[in-house]
Amino acid sequence: MSVTLVQAVTMALARAMEQDDRVLLLGQDIGVNGGVFRATDGLFKKFGDRRVLDTPISESAIIGSSIGMAAQGLRPVAEIQFMGFLYAGLDQLLSHAGRLRSRTRGRLSCPMVIRTPFGGGIRAPEHHADSLESILAHSPGIRVVIPSSPSRAYGLLLSAIQDPDPVVFMEPIRLYRGSKEPVNDDGGGLPLDTCFVLREGRDVTLVTWGNCVIEVSEAADQLEEEGISAEIIDVASISRLDMDTIFGSVERTGRCVIVHEAALTAGFGAEIAARLADEGLLSLRAPVKRVGGFDTAYPLYRLENHYLPTTHRILEACRAVLDFE
Amino acid sequence: MLECRGLEKRAYDLFMQNLVKGTSHLGLGQEAVAAGFGTAMRPDDYTFCTYRGHNHTLVRGVPMTAILGELMGRACGLLRGKGGSMHLTSIQHGVMGSYAIVGAHLPIAAGAALSAQYRKTQQVTTAFFGDGTTNIGAFHEALNLAVVWKLPVVFVCENNLYMEYTPIEQVTAVKNPAADRAAAYGLKPILIDGNDVDVVYETALAAYEKARSGDGPSLIEAQTYRHGGHSRADPGKYRPSEEVEAWLARDPITNYRARLEKLGIDGETLGRIEADVQAAVDLATETAKESPKPPLEIAGIDVWADGGAEWRN
Ligand SMILES: Cc1ncc(C[n+]2csc(CCOP(=O)(O)OP(=O)(O)O)c2C)c(N)n1
Ligand SMILES: [Mg+2]
Repeated sequence: MSVTLVQAVTMALARAMEQDDRVLLLGQDIGVNGGVFRATDGLFKKFGDRRVLDTPISESAIIGSSIGMAAQGLRPVAEIQFMGFLYAGLDQLLSHAGRLRSRTRGRLSCPMVIRTPFGGGIRAPEHHADSLESILAHSPGIRVVIPSSPSRAYGLLLSAIQDPDPVVFMEPIRLYRGSKEPVNDDGGGLPLDTCFVLREGRDVTLVTWGNCVIEVSEAADQLEEEGISAEIIDVASISRLDMDTIFGSVERTGRCVIVHEAALTAGFGAEIAARLADEGLLSLRAPVKRVGGFDTAYPLYRLENHYLPTTHRILEACRAVLDFE
Repeated sequence: MLECRGLEKRAYDLFMQNLVKGTSHLGLGQEAVAAGFGTAMRPDDYTFCTYRGHNHTLVRGVPMTAILGELMGRACGLLRGKGGSMHLTSIQHGVMGSYAIVGAHLPIAAGAALSAQYRKTQQVTTAFFGDGTTNIGAFHEALNLAVVWKLPVVFVCENNLYMEYTPIEQVTAVKNPAADRAAAYGLKPILIDGNDVDVVYETALAAYEKARSGDGPSLIEAQTYRHGGHSRADPGKYRPSEEVEAWLARDPITNYRARLEKLGIDGETLGRIEADVQAAVDLATETAKESPKPPLEIAGIDVWADGGAEWRN
């Protein structure tokens, strides 16, 4: 069946709930109303009010109670309506979910998932467009997973739910309904610790994740017309990061451009660039370039197209590394 | 109230014409709360409101052009088109900000109240919020602090029966989400008809009097209803039609007009007021439409105190 990314999320949730009655969902307006982006559409009807819980506006309690449930044998999947609303629950997530295992020397764990839409492009300002992957990646014990297609959303979400550690599953807003692809509802998961090579190429490695695959693909198309072959790597698992795939690619291309939507300073691109400098220096034939959001709050709609990494800015960065001597 | 209704109806039209983009949250049906409190305030008092804050901003005397311009992202807007519908702010009118994060403004309002208390200015701070907000920690933290420090702040819960799409009663431990919790903070429960502007006004006056005489905060729950959905994206289908009908019959504006007529104010006078308001809305719309769009550079300024923040890439 051909589905959108958000429908693939719904499919994966339904599959996980069918397979394992320890899986339950909680979040604001997710029950009868199916959630603001309709990611839980129909699940309340199918699984009932003991497994699909409508919560108050209490992010701290949503995440905190998920920790308690998870540590005592359940598999909660919580929805935070927009990633910018996660701040209100960040203490529970960073101070407790991520540390419970190490604090208790492995006696307790947190097999829980927090799903949250992130990123801009739908004309909603500030908090409604935040991308917080680097804040989360900076904190130990929390996996950060970002799908960029319906089939990866399906497979990665199933694996996230089965994973023994807490996972923040960041759903790219611009890709929610952007395109459809056939997804086989076979319950098959995808590995959480690997990048996905979306396109093979020889001349430059484009590293990205989430929403930005759109512009990165456009840039690669344009380069191809000019006879330049770009490899596209979708990192998908920000934490824990698969550097091997990136090293392998850069060994062949010698050039790397990293593209993300979050502000550039201390964005996750900086981590990848640092590791390339540390362990991949001799493969590089040009400095690593990063293209990202600006170091400001996410702006209002008239400016957002300017804020998001455009195909044009990605191409400029590619030219800079390709022309470097 | 008429100005609020006119302004927000126009905001809705402008959205349909694609002149206002993004989302926005209308207070159609809830005007009496903003109008009643706004009228009872002193000009130098502070207000904090939510993303549903067009009315609360307007009642402080902010010109319609500046509000509509902000919604349209124009240079004549309150924040030169940088804040948008969810962040309306006008310091000179005491509108200390609109907050898009549920509950975030309540502790901030307590802080503003402490500042007035410290400076002995007699200014009172009012914080508006919804029923759903009573379930986030910030609400409880702010109330406790306000009582402990006897702050001149008035917390106004507009109970419109729904958080976003979920009925508030389904997710709240008590029937009246604010009033029933007042006792937990040693406050008197105050539950009022938020669609009766006279009742709202009287209640506001009493709370301001209390705050100004140093007797500390009040928590007021005003029962009301939004005529439309939560935001632009929401047709509000989850609400039973009998409920909607019943509340439409309690329209604060229609009912107040009837009361005024009963008090002997003739239809002609009222009609003239209505026509004047409409003309003002039209004029503000045209002025805002003619205002230029701000330059892209404004996104990069005012990040730091030196005004700067060159975009770094
Ligand atoms: C911390 C946080 N969580 C969730 C949201 C999303 N959200 C925006 S408005 C809203 C409902 C608020 O309900 P209420 O307080 O009753 O105010 P109303 O919208 O009815 O005026 C929600 C859940 C948010 N803005 N901030
Ligand atoms: Mg409400």
